[in-house]
Amino acid sequence: MTKIDIFREAAFKENSVWRQVLGICSALAVTNFMRNSLIMGLGVMFSLALSGFTISLIRNHTPRSVRMMVQTLIIASWVIIVDLFLKAYIPDASKQLGPYVGLIITNCILMGRAEAFAAKNTPLDSMVDGIGAGFGYTFVLLIISLFREVLGFGSVFGFTFLGDWWPRWSIMAMAPSAFFMLSILFWYIHQKYYIQVKK
Amino acid sequence: MIDIHPFIIFLAAIFTSNILLSNFLGMCSFLSISREVEASLGLGMAVVFVTVLTAAVNYVVYYQILVPFEIVYLQYIIFIIVIAATVQLTEIFIERFSPALYYSLGIFLPLITVNCAIFGVALFMIIRKYTFMQTIGFAAGSGIGWLLAIMALAGIRQRIKEKMVPAGLQGAGITLIITGIMALAFVGFSGSVIIQ
Repeated sequence: MTKIDIFREAAFKENSVWRQVLGICSALAVTNFMRNSLIMGLGVMFSLALSGFTISLIRNHTPRSVRMMVQTLIIASWVIIVDLFLKAYIPDASKQLGPYVGLIITNCILMGRAEAFAAKNTPLDSMVDGIGAGFGYTFVLLIISLFREVLGFGSVFGFTFLGDWWPRWSIMAMAPSAFFMLSILFWYIHQKYYIQVKK
Repeated sequence: MIDIHPFIIFLAAIFTSNILLSNFLGMCSFLSISREVEASLGLGMAVVFVTVLTAAVNYVVYYQILVPFEIVYLQYIIFIIVIAATVQLTEIFIERFSPALYYSLGIFLPLITVNCAIFGVALFMIIRKYTFMQTIGFAAGSGIGWLLAIMALAGIRQRIKEKMVPAGLQGAGITLIITGIMALAFVGFSGSVIIQ
């Protein structure tokens, strides 16, 4: 498999969110604004790529019994770097994302990719796989937040383009709409790509 | 520091800011385990127990060790180790003293280490600067709120098992819609108490 195949497989065909239903927590929580989604997505992509690389690097020296703990600690170290970076350079976004940056550690996507891919493949392949999975995750986050931000605030990336004639849907800023938007996205994608039409 | 009675925080964590329905924590196991009522009850009880225990331990570790030694930036690693160790210890204790409970709860315990609700409670208690008693109230309320949500969903899912659902919505899709409607109901409680 070439690197591009690995990327495409991880990002779209086996997308962690709509195919494996992983990482739902943060996909719902940070999608009220596009800016938050983008920052969160990039943070996840960074930690996915580098933790995949590191875990794969030491995969032959890790005893099976402590494998999970070692993986969690490696992931936690990379997430701390993301957290410190955000605190230092984008403090307002770090405040808005709140605990969800730290929660990347328990995001099932990272553990899932570590177990399913990085524990069996070479470091560079694992890194490409991590970037792909992170890209797929960011893609989902941006779609959901695009709808939520336009309908709820009339803006894109904080730039308001819908005037006062547009009634702001306050439900879009609240929790329930995140569930509805994600399930509509699931519905669309499963209907279009994964179900064989019976003739 | 906010001055709210721990019991109010306890109630608020169950209803007005339910950890699952308004903060979206613990979704992974929520979606995969909620097929049967009994399994959900077992997992929910384990979550309540571990949340309260780890919140107490994490509180002491954070304020007695991390803050005095100025290594607060290590909090994520320390919290996750505390949670993993507590879960492991709980497993050993339950296995030793109550085999019956172990068989009903045991299989769920390893799952809990990666449940974001428990890690989230630890992070929220730091961000919102709770006192020790407030932390206990918040942790117990969050655990019970999670238990309530997963039980309700399991009950609904058992009833719709035989019903017709559009093919593309089967599985995760319809579960998310049900959860959304539940969250909508819980929005009705919002604003009555503010804890953040």
